[in-house]
Amino acid sequence: MTVQQMIDSIPLTVFHLDDPGHLVEGGYCGDLLSWVMGRAPAGGAWLTIMSNVNVAAVASLTDTACVILAEGVIPDAPLLDKAKAQGITLLGTDLPVYDCAVRLGRLLEP
Amino acid sequence: MDERITMTYAVEGGDLTHAGEASSAVKQSLRKLGLDPSVIRRVSVCMYEGEINMVIHANGGTAQVDVGLDDITITLTDRGPGIPDIEKAMQAGFTTAADSVRDLGFGAGMGLPNMKKYSDEMTVESAVGVGTTVTMVVRIE
Repeated sequence: MTVQQMIDSIPLTVFHLDDPGHLVEGGYCGDLLSWVMGRAPAGGAWLTIMSNVNVAAVASLTDTACVILAEGVIPDAPLLDKAKAQGITLLGTDLPVYDCAVRLGRLLEP
Repeated sequence: MDERITMTYAVEGGDLTHAGEASSAVKQSLRKLGLDPSVIRRVSVCMYEGEINMVIHANGGTAQVDVGLDDITITLTDRGPGIPDIEKAMQAGFTTAADSVRDLGFGAGMGLPNMKKYSDEMTVESAVGVGTTVTMVVRIE
């Protein structure tokens, strides 16, 4: 599934879209950055409620496909700027983390 | 690549806004060298956690990354307060980070454990009031 297909299906708000054709191959939910840094799979969608600029560094270093800010969280200005500068796809949803993850999981089922 | 390549970065302390920039630079360099993504990921985790520690606890320091054919050695040196009890600091979940740092998603007490987990060798030398040097080796399989 591509990022664009995921955006259309869940559906998600777009804060910054870098590559609509990037494949989403899994997911990870977490807000503690060291946990995410150590465990998030490359190519996955990272679901979080953290919205500060450090999210961009973690997303970039872990090679996540995109970041999804759940629970209606909006990125702060430095995060949005950094996502644009580093080519990180930054999305959002009003759904709680769990509900968004369930929808993503269903979409990823073969 | 006959010789080792050494990269040195200054890490500024106190400001988490720019934390991770040295790690990002290292990652880009390793990509250009064509290293395996799993090796780059391991180096990235080790570097980032070390960088964050230096910013939060030690008012910055220097990061040296030495790339050879068989391994990558990361040396992080600071002139911070030092670690009184290294064994305790290595325990998952132990933290001395301030609430302001924890609010940003850091300070979960997973930094040093992550560094140990993702490196093949790790040594921590520290003296209270003098500083800390962390050396990590990631082997290229």
